Amino acid sequence: MSDVILSNIKKTYNKGEVEAVKNVSFSVEKGELFGLIGPDGAGKTSLFRILTTLLLPDGGKASVNGFDVVKDYKTIRKKVGYMPGKFSLYQDLTVEENLTFFATVFNTSIEENYELIRDIYIQIEPFKNRRAGKLSGGMKQKLALCCALIHRPTVLFLDEPTTGVDAVSRKEFWEMLKRLKKQGITILVSTPYMDEAMLCERIALIQNGEILSINTPEKIIDGFPDQLYAIKAEKMGMVLKDIRQFENVQSCNSFGEYHHLTFKQDNKAEKQLKEWLANRNHQNVEIQAIKPTIEDCFIQLMQ
Amino acid sequence: MRTLIFLLQKEFRQIFRDKTILRLIIAMPIIQLLVMPLAADYEIKNINISIVDHDRSAFSQKLVSKIVASGYFKLADYGNSFEEGFRLMEKNKADLVLEIPADFEKQIIRENTQKLFVAVNAINGTKAMVGSTYLGNIISDFNQNLRTEILPPSKTSNSPQIEIVSSNWFNRFLNYPVFMVPGILVILVSMVGAFMCALNIVKEKEVGTIEQINVTPIRKHHFILGKLIPFWIIGMFVFSIGLFLVSRVVYGIVPEGSILVLYSFLSIYLLAVLGLGLIISTYSNTQQQAMSLAFFFMMIFVLMGGLFTSVDSMPEWSQWIARLNPVTYFIEVMRMVIMKGSGFNEIKNHMIIITGFAIFFNTWAIINYKKTS
Repeated sequence: MSDVILSNIKKTYNKGEVEAVKNVSFSVEKGELFGLIGPDGAGKTSLFRILTTLLLPDGGKASVNGFDVVKDYKTIRKKVGYMPGKFSLYQDLTVEENLTFFATVFNTSIEENYELIRDIYIQIEPFKNRRAGKLSGGMKQKLALCCALIHRPTVLFLDEPTTGVDAVSRKEFWEMLKRLKKQGITILVSTPYMDEAMLCERIALIQNGEILSINTPEKIIDGFPDQLYAIKAEKMGMVLKDIRQFENVQSCNSFGEYHHLTFKQDNKAEKQLKEWLANRNHQNVEIQAIKPTIEDCFIQLMQ
Repeated sequence: MRTLIFLLQKEFRQIFRDKTILRLIIAMPIIQLLVMPLAADYEIKNINISIVDHDRSAFSQKLVSKIVASGYFKLADYGNSFEEGFRLMEKNKADLVLEIPADFEKQIIRENTQKLFVAVNAINGTKAMVGSTYLGNIISDFNQNLRTEILPPSKTSNSPQIEIVSSNWFNRFLNYPVFMVPGILVILVSMVGAFMCALNIVKEKEVGTIEQINVTPIRKHHFILGKLIPFWIIGMFVFSIGLFLVSRVVYGIVPEGSILVLYSFLSIYLLAVLGLGLIISTYSNTQQQAMSLAFFFMMIFVLMGGLFTSVDSMPEWSQWIARLNPVTYFIEVMRMVIMKGSGFNEIKNHMIIITGFAIFFNTWAIINYKKTS
């Protein structure tokens, strides 16, 4: 059974001037770790706020746990956990007070669901008498996750949980999510980081309020239509300009220390390009065939 | 109920943890009540007067010394030409110029009549008005004395004279603090009620905690009550400090009427101003916006509430504004109960109106609160 279902969800701001979400439909299975991947302003937060009943959609239907987000918002609020992108716990209350507060609000206690949060809470327990505002970024995020989990939600919504968190904490965080998944909690997570997409079971690529593709990360990569090449040379800026003038090149984008490119006709193209670049006095040109990443797929889908 | 108790617990914990706010709650009423009533004194002294004496006679000397001896006037200049006196007025060194004509003494004795000229600097309206009234009184008193001195007694007794003796009721010595302290206390309670409450809610919006609260099963009315009750209690507390500690101990003001009447009115009044605070909070998204809105209302409250200027002497249109200002009613009730000893019966209308305000503001706030979420 699907835990979260969206069909043709629409949301506009400024009286219809800005279309944040355009006809989005997808569903998330029970116990799935689902990623919503897209750049800033793609509509991720709007979708999350609709699903957590904080925002009314302008069109379409959505349900969480089988309850309608508009009609049964009260039931949904009892069942879901939400961790907003911005840290929004009480900064002037201590770690323990925050957790106790959210536990009592949901009519439960820390002891009752301690099992679920133990792994995470143990790391912040030494600071339980410190005010939440005085915690480090990683600690704050762990506390926020604990507070979102304290009532044992059936669906957990995490809006950009790893934005502004260091690489080590990010890795830890994803491991925590995997453990939570084993407890049978459906998790929806949004992130602008493409590398995190591989850690989800299924992802939806979203851009300008539209879903570009929904699939497992592997299948999305398999769906990349062409052979991808990475190229490196001495003057990367010049190379990019020259490659784009090469007739047979379909797309070429700068990608870290390499440029990723695809050809219109793959036959002998690699060799021809090398010659073309050599004629233009480029030195140390290296070209190799590579497997695309999610980011390549995203850029390809955007075009 | 359980949720509400936890919300209240959380609210109080946060308020007590914020040391600045806590100090403000205790220190603000004391300091304001100590400073403002003493400064806001209508009795005008130290009016600078420039006297232009063209006569230089015994009579003019007598008039001048009478004016100076009254204690209200300070002699800024004793000169010979009006131009000189007027220049002083332009420099703001003189508030009044009194011109005594030549032959002042001669004319009075010979023709039994004489004219004096008074020029008033009307930039500070109150000072000008009060100053010229004082001066008028002194001169007419001087005139009275002259008549009895110069004229034969038979003539004086013939002309009928009315002497006015006034006695001040409810505030016998026209003691300004007695008049001002209750009013200032009202302003203080309104500030605590409306603005601290509004800022507190807007802070939750600004920090984002309201999002987290909104996804929990906390009901809206629980959340609102959780915000209203603490500030209702704080309002009561601030009022009590002001009434018992400052106004009784420092100014010796003992309410003539019953404390119960005051507190029952206060409890409804607080609901009304808290409702206003809620309205402000539903219309603002940042503390800065809330603060600016609050400041706007504060100015109207202070200036149109009858604290400094009597509502009855306002133009009719602004009397209507004052009538729409809850502060006006509480200031009136405070003065009625503290100075006149009015009971429930006398303040019945005020009570009904303020209940109306409380219902109106809170309904508006709740309707608007629903719309925005």
